[in-house]
Amino acid sequence: MIYQISHNIISPLGFSSEDNFRAVKNGETMLELQNTAFSLPEPFFGALIDDDLLDTEFARINTKKFRYTKFEKAAILSVSKALQQTDIQPNSSRVQFILSTTKGNVHLLENADGFDSERVYLWKSAQLIANFFGNTNEPIVVSNACISGVSAQITAKRMLESNECDYAIVVGADMLSKFVVSGFQSFKALSKELCKPYDKNRVGLNLGEAAATIIYGKTDKPLPDNSIVLVSGAMANDANHISGPSRTGAGLYLAIQKAIDGFATPDEIAFVNAHGTATAYNDDMESLALTSANLHERPINSHKAYFGHTLGAAGVLESIISSLAITDGTALKTNNLHERGTVAPLNTLTENQSCSEQKFLKVLSGFGGSNAALLFKKFTQHNG
Amino acid sequence: MDNRITSYCRITNDAVVVNGEKHTIPRTDSPWLSDIYHAENLSYPKFFKMDNLAKAGFLGAELTLKDLNIDKTEPKQNIAVICCNRSSSLDDDTAYQHTIQSADNYFPSPAVFVYTLANIVTGEISIRNKIMGESAFYVLEHFNPQKFCSFVRGAFSDKTIDACLCGWVEYFNGNCDVLFAYVTRNELKNLDLHIENLYK
Repeated sequence: MIYQISHNIISPLGFSSEDNFRAVKNGETMLELQNTAFSLPEPFFGALIDDDLLDTEFARINTKKFRYTKFEKAAILSVSKALQQTDIQPNSSRVQFILSTTKGNVHLLENADGFDSERVYLWKSAQLIANFFGNTNEPIVVSNACISGVSAQITAKRMLESNECDYAIVVGADMLSKFVVSGFQSFKALSKELCKPYDKNRVGLNLGEAAATIIYGKTDKPLPDNSIVLVSGAMANDANHISGPSRTGAGLYLAIQKAIDGFATPDEIAFVNAHGTATAYNDDMESLALTSANLHERPINSHKAYFGHTLGAAGVLESIISSLAITDGTALKTNNLHERGTVAPLNTLTENQSCSEQKFLKVLSGFGGSNAALLFKKFTQHNG
Repeated sequence: MDNRITSYCRITNDAVVVNGEKHTIPRTDSPWLSDIYHAENLSYPKFFKMDNLAKAGFLGAELTLKDLNIDKTEPKQNIAVICCNRSSSLDDDTAYQHTIQSADNYFPSPAVFVYTLANIVTGEISIRNKIMGESAFYVLEHFNPQKFCSFVRGAFSDKTIDACLCGWVEYFNGNCDVLFAYVTRNELKNLDLHIENLYK
């Protein structure tokens, strides 16, 4: 079994998984109008990690006095906090670092800020993160657009199963910049107010910053109750359009089928934590795929109106929140959803509700036509 | 060694080699990747909308698949597309940065921005060939046959996958370094050695 040993979330809502979950359960968000950030010609609605808070926390662990970017600091701090809850030796040759990111230090293209030119390469950031913990194995970067964080967990599972490592540290991170925000603005993909996933009046997404870590291990022995097992994961491509979601949801449906086939029936699934970006096309596409997979009557939620779209962190962050939710026996609502409005009707939740099933599904879709699904299970002595 | 890979393509700054055979590419005033496109008699107008990374990957995939009887119009769920490189999308990132660098010359373009995601190349290849299996993009410091093959073997852990179109596809600042191979489930034995030899 591949299972979560520990995890952490660094986000504007808090610097631990538990603080983030508590805030989400209470319906809190730090998404707000950003008028001055990155000197953009127009404001955007998003959530940024506070630089001072991050610097203060990071200074406590940065004994090397080496200079890091915000992106690297958030990722290192997240891994550090996840490791603190374990007895894993991160410098072991049996520990594999896997970084999930779309843009890493891309902001250095505008202003190198005294860093050398290598610093903008994604592998360089991954090396610096692994080396901080004394790990000298070649780290892997997964850069698969919006599904990166789920792809990275699938990669971790495979490397553990093929005995390439004993522990996989999956860290997903992306920070916002003029580069990223202007690009989404040019796509006319952003909402000027709090995003409304699956709502009839949704008009676009919000962007957010986060770093999130899950440490995976494997075991043949029974786990403590409430441990979270990564049962299966799969990816599929729409083969349809590089930036537009499939009109039919065929790729996402295929990824879901591969992830649940033989592992779960729809009625065993407590909830589906979907992508729910709050763009018109994505949410409609998901409604079609989830309906094809006969999951439309299961509780369905999106975390985007709590955190925004956190890009390379999203798959890791949302898997953690959902893991804590199933342990808590709660199917979380979709924040800011007032009037359901997808092309195929979904059981999207407008209030938190209790759940007793032990499995949940995490799905993501993104640019490049990529789709991914993960099936998780809450371990108990009865279902092991 | 048995189970040698039979369908592959190597593109560098001055050579195109397909299945071990060097192709002659007449040079013109056009960019190198466009010269390859024309010399190989390819017909896919969308090629000219792509960024250099997607063009390099597209060419690698086209030439690798050329002699295989793969129907490009029929959806195929049993093939995976796995790419990796060193510079992710930095070639197009740099181009996009120019469009937003100064306030008086600010013209962010969605057509340029979309290629600032490295995995778009896997999307282009999947669309061209109607491949609906998994697609994924990884970044490494240098070409590393062990890690490359780990990704390919990983794709085969999905039991619905029968073949993997895999490539090292690097393009940055005019430097092109591409190796594509079509690997079937029967060809996984000694894959690291085969891939290392093809890259040399």
